[in-house]
Amino acid sequence: MNIERLIKMANDIGDFFNAESDKEAASVGIRNHILRSWDPRMRREIIDYCEKDGTALHGIVKTAIDDLARSS
Amino acid sequence: MSMNKEQDFGTPARTASTLVNLEIDGFQVTAPAGTSVMRAAASIGIDIPKLCATDSVEPFGSCRLCVVQIEGARGMPASCITPVAEGMKVVTQNKKLADVRRGIMELYISDHPLDCLTCSANGDCELQDMAGAVGLREVRYNPQGENHLNAVKDESNPYFSFDPSKCIVCSRCVRACEETQGTFALTIDGRGFDSKVSPGQNEAFMDSECVSCGACVQACPTATLMEKSVIEHGQPEHAVVTTCAYCGVGCSFRAEMKGDQVIRMVPHKDGKANHGHSCVKGRFAFGYATHKDRITQPMIRKSIKDPWQEVSWEEAISYAASELKRIQANYGIGAIGGITSSRCTNEETYLVQKLVRAGFGNNNVDTCARVCHSPTGYGLKQTFGESSGTQNFDSVMKADVIMVIGANPTDGHPVFGSLMKKRLRQGAKLVVIDPRGIDLVKTPHVKADYHLKLRPGTNVALINAIAHVVVTENLVDQDFVQERCEKAAFEKWTTFIADPRHAPEVTEAVTGVPAADVRAAARLYATGANGAIYYGLGVTEHSQGSTTVIGIANLAMATGNLGREGVGVNPLRGQNNVQGSCDMGSFPHEFPGYRHVSDTETRTLFENDWNVILESEPGLRIPNMFDAASDGTFKGLYVEGEDIAQSDPDIQHVHHALREMECVIVQDLFLNETAKFAHVFLPGSSFLEKNGTFTNAERRISPVRKVMKPLGGYEDWEITQLLSNAMGYPMNYSHPSEIMAEIARLTPSFASVSYEKIDRLGSVQWPCNDETPDGTPTMHEQSFMRPGGKGLFMLTEYVATQERTTRMFPLILTTGRILSQYNVGAQTRRTENVAWHSEDRLEIHPHDAEDRGIVNDDWVGIKSRSGETVLRALISERVQPGVVYTTFHFPESGANVITTDNSDWATNCPEYKVTAVQVAKVSQSSEWQQKYEAFSQQQLELLEQGSHHA
Repeated sequence: MNIERLIKMANDIGDFFNAESDKEAASVGIRNHILRSWDPRMRREIIDYCEKDGTALHGIVKTAIDDLARSS
Repeated sequence: MSMNKEQDFGTPARTASTLVNLEIDGFQVTAPAGTSVMRAAASIGIDIPKLCATDSVEPFGSCRLCVVQIEGARGMPASCITPVAEGMKVVTQNKKLADVRRGIMELYISDHPLDCLTCSANGDCELQDMAGAVGLREVRYNPQGENHLNAVKDESNPYFSFDPSKCIVCSRCVRACEETQGTFALTIDGRGFDSKVSPGQNEAFMDSECVSCGACVQACPTATLMEKSVIEHGQPEHAVVTTCAYCGVGCSFRAEMKGDQVIRMVPHKDGKANHGHSCVKGRFAFGYATHKDRITQPMIRKSIKDPWQEVSWEEAISYAASELKRIQANYGIGAIGGITSSRCTNEETYLVQKLVRAGFGNNNVDTCARVCHSPTGYGLKQTFGESSGTQNFDSVMKADVIMVIGANPTDGHPVFGSLMKKRLRQGAKLVVIDPRGIDLVKTPHVKADYHLKLRPGTNVALINAIAHVVVTENLVDQDFVQERCEKAAFEKWTTFIADPRHAPEVTEAVTGVPAADVRAAARLYATGANGAIYYGLGVTEHSQGSTTVIGIANLAMATGNLGREGVGVNPLRGQNNVQGSCDMGSFPHEFPGYRHVSDTETRTLFENDWNVILESEPGLRIPNMFDAASDGTFKGLYVEGEDIAQSDPDIQHVHHALREMECVIVQDLFLNETAKFAHVFLPGSSFLEKNGTFTNAERRISPVRKVMKPLGGYEDWEITQLLSNAMGYPMNYSHPSEIMAEIARLTPSFASVSYEKIDRLGSVQWPCNDETPDGTPTMHEQSFMRPGGKGLFMLTEYVATQERTTRMFPLILTTGRILSQYNVGAQTRRTENVAWHSEDRLEIHPHDAEDRGIVNDDWVGIKSRSGETVLRALISERVQPGVVYTTFHFPESGANVITTDNSDWATNCPEYKVTAVQVAKVSQSSEWQQKYEAFSQQQLELLEQGSHHA
């Protein structure tokens, strides 16, 4: 999968949930959205990217994907 | 089977609760107050002769054929315009009345061609019927006197003829155009003997404002306005009630047949979505079903460079299954998937998702709703708990303020557009939110109170600004919110939306909409009694499509505009079965009824019924499939009824992905654009060739009924079943009613749906279960469908799209569709509808055109970050400076060569509505168009080399 596209998708999701003032809740929202709507191969690739680099991910998105990685 | 002609009661029904008792010809009758004597008589089987009256338009009292005598009343009142009264005693037949009627008919016939035996209306002519009914035996007037018998025919419309020599000037056509369609294209020109029906300013029909809806043809009592198909083939001999295969209105039609040939499609008076009205597509554009381009033999080929080879059904299905199994063996279970279409029936869509989940063993199934209304599904599910619109269409007749956002009902959903215009003519207020001047902004007898002409891509900022006004000006319906919505979420939202950054004075810089207009429109919506929102793809097809849907839902909840007639949130679905295809579980993360695949209880239910272990992880969405194909992990695709190679964004990426696949199976009517990349072609069946159901934008499940045999031999659901059996997953349905029974068994909101019920009621709106056995016209009346029953406010921060204008790409391109054509055009391009729209054009504002030296009809190149195409220019003030617009009905236009891969954050619905472009005058087609033409020609030659299609 095109990792740039996955990064953009993840950051776009982050932009929506970032409106939430409770950043922990926002992170959970991002995590759950990715968990419930992304095919596992897409999740694996974004987790893999997050673990190896992750710099292109917005902060709250990186937190959410770290959390996703822990629960996978 | 028979014609079962629909009864004409002469005048429209009245719905007053007060009932009136009267006597007609000695029989007691009870009718609602306001009912005409004519209709009351018809209700007990007494047909009073009539010519100018028909129950689709208000009475006119012109022909006087319907005169009656009423005890105690003077003279002979016309029964069509005389309302019933308590104790009234009416006589409809006596010698005096008969003499008057005969005299009237004698006058009519004195100026009418006496060619009944060779007339196209022979057998279906009300004038002829009335001559018989009144016992006309002679015409004493001199036939050589002044008359209209040599009036010139107007044959300009491709679908109907206008023969004024047969016109009796009853004005039924004029009234139908005004009252039913709302176009006001027809008038009676002249006075007295010179009176004549005139389209526009004495123009030919095709030169007038006529939109060819056919309401005038249907209303005409003679052969004056007549379908050319009837003129050519004669009167139909039987009729079958079915549902239109075009837009999300889902009109009910009588397919009037001669043998297995459709003579004409007549909108069904009892159709609850359309009440006997139609548009040019549904009524006239059915010829594609028997077009010479139909492919009726299965075909296979190893490579898309090979000629197609016609094979038997057995060989085609066997080859397709073996290829899919080979791919799974080589690349994994998840390397294949399926795409279904909103042009498919519920039963077909259900079966495709079942094939993918149970037969392919993965959840890689998606539908074209991905690229149109997937944000509706997400946004309304989150806020209201159900992925659907809240009202029926008739609800608009009780709306006081109508807000149309990013929709163009008179083009995209014309029959509903006519109903909406009727309500607007009655005085409802109108707010249009659209970058472009759609017809509703100013059309005869309709003018928008506010047209908020926003910049494309700024929907969320504008909806937030409206909500800001509602909250900060204390316009919130506190009772509704307190009782019906989650308190903490509402309070959080109130704080969020009241922030000054959402004030119209601040957002004006972003949206371009004057703050005063935003404030006024917000006040109107919030305080104007029943406020109803109707929206379309101008809302959903954005990077923040889901956010806008959520914002709309917030707005409706905050103002209490939910849970009753006349209000609501109403997504206007693009295709006939968008709602249904989503309901049927064709998204990769949801089973039928919008239940997530990870939900163990639901999955177990399906596993037990389908006798198979199901995948609990979501599958690939359509754009994800393309990405995975480009990545080499997705190699096989079964596509039923969808043309992804034309309709999806960034089309060069899509084409690349299709080329990377090893087996593309296309099941369709024609060698569409996707089929040019296919390895297996399975001939599909049109809506006239199969049984099933469609679910329209108001959740109405309506019957689709077979009126002719499938030209390819099988109905589409049968083909899916053949493929499933060949894949090793058994399916043994003998009729789609069995599939619907399974859907009902497994889906709570469909629990009481059955073919028997649909046939009995005509249609039914889900939810339809033990609690609501006859269906649900209005959703969320007492509570929302969410756990706990409360509506959920959500935060909707505006985030600008990443598709920005620059010096290189200074204009924003937005897209839409036109009345006469339908989506990718595969159907309508193969009909006479090309007479109205034979090519896609680029609308450009005069200022932008002048800056670039462009004049009307110039070829212009449109270049974006994704690609370049060339169209002819149409200078138009409908678009604002800085915005250009095009339709996307012709593949060679390459509208999706220029759209980008930006998509909605929640659903990946493409951002078709915002593409930064530059436009310049050019002298030749684009490089892509030249390549496309060569490829397309090559594919047509490969078709000719290998097959002899019907």
